[in-house]
Amino acid sequence: MKQEIQQIQAEAQADLATAQNEKDIEAVAVRYLGRKGALTGFLRNIAKLPPEERAAAGKQANAAKQSLETAVRKAREELERRAPEKTAAIDISLPGRPAIPGHTHPISQIMQEICSILERMGFSVAEGPEVETDYYNFEALNVPKYHPARDMQDTFYISENIVLRTQTSPMQIRAMENQTPPVAVIAPGKVFRCDSDLTHTPMFHQVEGLLVDENISFADLKGTLTAFVHAMFDRETALRFRPSFFPFTEPSAEVDILCVMCRGKGCRVCGQSGWLEILGSGMVHPNVFRSVGYDTQRFTGFAFGMGVERIAMLKYGIDDIRKFFNNDMRFLGQF
Amino acid sequence: MKVSLSWLQEYVPLPDGVAPLAEKLTMVGLEVDTIEDRFGYLDTVKVARVEAVSPHPNADKLKCCTVSTGEHRAEVVCGAPNVAAGQLVPLALPGTVLPDGREIRSATIRGVASYGMICSRAELELSGDHSGIWVLPDALPLGVSVAQALDLSDHVLDIDLTPNRPDCLSIIGVAREIAAFSDQALTMPDTGIEEKGEAIQERTSVTIEDPDLCPRYAARLIEDVTVGSSPDWLQERLRSVGQRPINNIVDITNFVMLEMGQPLHAFDFDRLAGQRIVVRRARPGEAFVSLDQKERRLDADMLMICDGEKPVAIGGVMGGLNSEVEPATRNILLESACFNPVSIRKTAKKLGLHTEASHRFERGVDPDGTLAALDRAARLIAELGQGRLVTGAIDAHPGKTPMRSISLDIAATNRLLGTNLDGSEISRLLAAIGIETEAVAGDPDRISVTPPSFRVDLTQPEDIMEEVARTWGYDRIPTRLPRIAADRAGLTPLRRTKLRLGQLMNGQGFTETVNYSFIRADAADVLLLAEDDPRRRSVKILNPISEDQAVMRTTLIPGLLETLGRNLAHQVKNLRYFELGKVFTDRGADEQPHEEEMLAGLWSGDRAAAAWHAKPVPCDFYDIKGAVESLLKALRIEGVAYQTPAAGTAPYLRAGAAAAVVAADGTPLGVLGALAPEVAAGFDLKQSVFIFELAVSRLHAIIPDTITARPIPVYPSIARDITLIVPRALAAEAVCRHIRNSGEALVEDVRIFDVFEGVPIPDAKKSLSVRVTYRSPEATLEDDAVNTIHQRLSAQLLEAFQAQLPT
Repeated sequence: MKQEIQQIQAEAQADLATAQNEKDIEAVAVRYLGRKGALTGFLRNIAKLPPEERAAAGKQANAAKQSLETAVRKAREELERRAPEKTAAIDISLPGRPAIPGHTHPISQIMQEICSILERMGFSVAEGPEVETDYYNFEALNVPKYHPARDMQDTFYISENIVLRTQTSPMQIRAMENQTPPVAVIAPGKVFRCDSDLTHTPMFHQVEGLLVDENISFADLKGTLTAFVHAMFDRETALRFRPSFFPFTEPSAEVDILCVMCRGKGCRVCGQSGWLEILGSGMVHPNVFRSVGYDTQRFTGFAFGMGVERIAMLKYGIDDIRKFFNNDMRFLGQF
Repeated sequence: MKVSLSWLQEYVPLPDGVAPLAEKLTMVGLEVDTIEDRFGYLDTVKVARVEAVSPHPNADKLKCCTVSTGEHRAEVVCGAPNVAAGQLVPLALPGTVLPDGREIRSATIRGVASYGMICSRAELELSGDHSGIWVLPDALPLGVSVAQALDLSDHVLDIDLTPNRPDCLSIIGVAREIAAFSDQALTMPDTGIEEKGEAIQERTSVTIEDPDLCPRYAARLIEDVTVGSSPDWLQERLRSVGQRPINNIVDITNFVMLEMGQPLHAFDFDRLAGQRIVVRRARPGEAFVSLDQKERRLDADMLMICDGEKPVAIGGVMGGLNSEVEPATRNILLESACFNPVSIRKTAKKLGLHTEASHRFERGVDPDGTLAALDRAARLIAELGQGRLVTGAIDAHPGKTPMRSISLDIAATNRLLGTNLDGSEISRLLAAIGIETEAVAGDPDRISVTPPSFRVDLTQPEDIMEEVARTWGYDRIPTRLPRIAADRAGLTPLRRTKLRLGQLMNGQGFTETVNYSFIRADAADVLLLAEDDPRRRSVKILNPISEDQAVMRTTLIPGLLETLGRNLAHQVKNLRYFELGKVFTDRGADEQPHEEEMLAGLWSGDRAAAAWHAKPVPCDFYDIKGAVESLLKALRIEGVAYQTPAAGTAPYLRAGAAAAVVAADGTPLGVLGALAPEVAAGFDLKQSVFIFELAVSRLHAIIPDTITARPIPVYPSIARDITLIVPRALAAEAVCRHIRNSGEALVEDVRIFDVFEGVPIPDAKKSLSVRVTYRSPEATLEDDAVNTIHQRLSAQLLEAFQAQLPT
C-alpha cells in the first residue's frame, strides 16, 4: 500500500523533472492528478480497502496528492520565471514614455523668486488695478499735472484721468491708505509704457517695495536691498547706490550691481561700465505721506522698484526683451 | 544734455581722464549715458599729398588726382576747383562715415575708379567753408589722421539729467558740479559790457500784463549789427553738443543758453510794431506762425510776447516768423526772461512744441540769472556782429522771488539718512555746492539753510537732506537691516490660488504664456461676439502703439490665438499652453474698468509627439475638457456641470462642441470647446484648436478651504457593468446622473467605460457601457445582493431612456 503510493509519487516526480514546457507539465498533472489520474484512482479505491487501513491510506494518499500539486505549481512557476519574455534583454536605449511637463514663463519664475525673497524678509504681497487713475499713478506720488517728471514715463491714456499704470508705485498709496504703519508690502505686477524697441516693450513687469515705520532710514534701505541682491544673485555681487531722482522719494537712489557677466571688468552687457542698473529706490517723499495722511514727523520709510524683465534678462542671458511676449515655444520650453 | 570736455574746461580744470570724470558725475547724480569721441570720425581721414592732377576723361568739372599717404598711392576723383598738385589734403578713406551720415566707399565716378574722397572743411564739419577742398598746412606728416595731425581731441558726454536738476541744463551748471566734487574754483565768463549812446528806455519799453506767467522780462538793444556766419570757435562749440549753426545772432543766443542755462531770444527790432514789447495772454483763436513756419492756433492760456500790435513770439517756447532775425536785420532786441513753468509746459504740450527753451523753462531757470545771460549775449552780439550796444537794460521784474531759507533739523537729517553728522559737518558739505548755512539762535539742533538761486528744486528740508546725503556720499552711509514685524508677511489667498493654478496647469503639460494686455481693435468682431456681448465693452487706449494693440482685452482668447499663429509659422504644431491674466471691462468714461483675473488654456495639434511607442493622435474636445476636469479635481472643486452654452455666450466655439462650465451652485465658471472654424480663419489658423477660459475669482471662491479626511473603506467593492443601446443624442451624463440619483445607497461610483456607434448598433443609436461600483461601509457585499440591486437599476434605465440591451 505504502509502497504503491511512494512509487506513484516517485514516478510523478521523475516525469515532472523531465517536463520541458507547459504542455509536459499539464500532461503530468493529468496523468497523476486528473480525473483518470493515478493518484485520483488510488484515492477512489480507498473505499474498497478494509476499514482499518482506510484512514492511514487516505492520509498518505492526500499527503502525496498535496505534495504533487505543490510540485506541479512550482514547476509552472519555474517555467514562467524562465520564460523568454521574462529573461530576454530589451533595448534600454529606447527613450521612455515621457510625461509632458509644462514650463513656467521666465518672468513668472523671476517674479516668484523676487517675491519669495522679500516675503522671507517680512514683506507681504499686495496687488492692485492695472488700469489706474491719474491720482494714484501720478498725483498722490508727488507728480502733479504738468510736472516735467511726467516726461520720465510715456503714458498710455484711457481718458484724461485714467491711465494704464506706468509703474507699480500706485500700490504704495493704496497700501498706505488701507493700513497704519508699520507697512511692509511688495506689489508685483504688469505696467505699461508707450515705448517699443529692442530694450522696451509696451508692457512689462515690476515689483514695488515699501517699508514705513518709525525710524526707518536710508541705511535700512541700503541693508534691505543689499540682502535682496545677495539672495537674488550671490554674495559676491557688489552694490552701488548713486543719487537719482524719483518724484516720490527723497533722497532717491539708483542701485547698480556689479556686472553679473564680467564682474566689473567691463563687457557688452554693462556697456563697459562694469555696473548694471537694476533698481530705483529712495526714502518716501513727505508729500507722499501727506497724500495718505501719515504723520511726516513720526514716520519715515523707503520704497524701491525693479523691472522683472531686466533681472530675468541678466539671469538667463536674454538679449531681446520682446522674446518674453512672443511666446515662442522654442523659447519658453527652455525654462 | 550734451557737454563737451573742451567747453567745460573753460570754466573748471578737469580731472585726468574722461572715464573717471564720467564715473564721478554719475556718482553725484548726473548720470553719463554715453561718452563720444568728438573727432572719432576723423580716424580714417588721413593727411595725403596730391601728386598729380589730370582732367577727367568724361567730365569737364571733375579731376583725376593721384594722392599719396606716404605708404600708399591712390587715384581719387575730385570735383573741387581748388585742387592742385603739391597740396596736402584730408583724404577720407573708404569706410569713413562723415558727420552728415554719408559713408565713403570706393566708387567708379563717370567711368574712373575713385578710392576715397578729398574733403572740404565743411564736409568734415570743421567749419562752414564749402568753397573747395581743405588745403592743409604744409608741415603736417603724411599718412596720419587729420585729428592727430591737427591735435583735434575732444569728448562729448551725454548726461541723462533728471527733471529736478534744471541748473545742470548748462555747461556752467555741470562745471559747477565738477568744481564742487573736485574742490576747484569755478571761472565765470566775462559779462562786462561796453554801452554807447542813449538809454534803452528812450528807445523801447516792456509791459508785462500777466506777471503770474512772466515774473521777469529783461531786454537789451544792439544796433547796427551785421548778420552773418559765426566764427569757427562758436560754430564748433554748438556742433560739439549737436546743434546746427545758423547765423551769428541766433548762434549767440543758443550758445549763451547752452553755456548759462538761460534761454534767450533775439527779435528784429525794426519789425516790432511800435518798437515795444507787451507780454500778455493770447486772444482766443488768435493765429500765429512760429519760427518753424507752422501756423499755430492760440488760446487764452498761452503767454505771448507781442509788439505794439500782434504776437511776435510764444513766450518761452518759440519765436515768430514775423520778427525773425534775417540777413538784412540791423537792430536786435534781445530778450532774457523768466516764465511760469506750468504755463510753459501747458502751452508746449498743447502746441506739441518741445524746444530747448521750453525744456528749460518747464523745469525752472535761475530767477537771478536773467541779467548775466542777457549781458553775456549782448556783449557777444556787439562783438561778433560788430554792433553797438545801447546803454542800459530793461528789467521788468514784477514777480521777485524772496530768498528762501529752510530750517534744517540736524537730528531728523541723521534719522532719515542713518548717519551721525553734526551741524558743522553738514554746513561744510552744503557749502561745497553753494548752499549757505547759518546757526539758528537758541536752537543748536537746527541750522538755517539758504540754497543758491539756481537750485530751484530745493524747497523742503528733505531736499536739503538729499543734498547732504549726495555730498557726503551714498557709499559712506551705513548699511543695516531693519526690523520688520513678521505677522503680516505672506501672500494674499487669491495670489496663492493663482500660483497653484499655474503649477497645476504646468503639471498637465501646459506651458505658461504672457500675452499683451492690449489686443487688436477688431478682436470682438473676429470672435463673432454679439452686439450686446459685455466683452464688446472694451477699454480703448487713446494713444495706442498700433492698431494691433489698440484696446484692452476683455478675454484672453485672442492673445492665445495670436500666439498659436506665431508658433505655427515656426513649424511648432503641437501646442499646449495657458495664460493667467487680467481682462478689462469698461465701466464708462473716466471710471476705472472692471478688472477680472482669468485663466485660459489652448490645446492644438497632436496630444503627444509621435514616438516609437505611440502613433500621434490629434487632440480633441475631450482633451481640453479633461484638462479642465483634472484642474478642478486637483482643486477639490466638486459638482461642476458641463452644459450646452446659452446662446451667444461663446460664439467663438463650434456649436455642438462647446460647453459651459457651471459650478454646483449654478455660478458660470467659464467655457471650453473647439474653436469655431470661422474664428480660426479670422486668426489665420489652419489646424483644429481647443480652448477654455475660466474666471479665477469664481474658482477661488469655491475652492474648499479645508480638507477633512474620510476613513478609508474597510470592505471590498463589487463592480457590475451594463451596456445599453440608447438614442445617439442622449447625453451619457444623463445615464450616470440617473444612477447616482437612484437612491440606491450602495452605489459608490458610476462611470462610462465604452461608447460605440456603428454596425451592429442600429442607425441613430449608440451603445453605452456603464460600470457601477457598489460598496457597503458595514459589510462585505454578497454577490446576490448586488445582483438584485444592479438588475433593479438596469430595469429602471431601460425604461427611463427607452433603451435596449444589446442582442
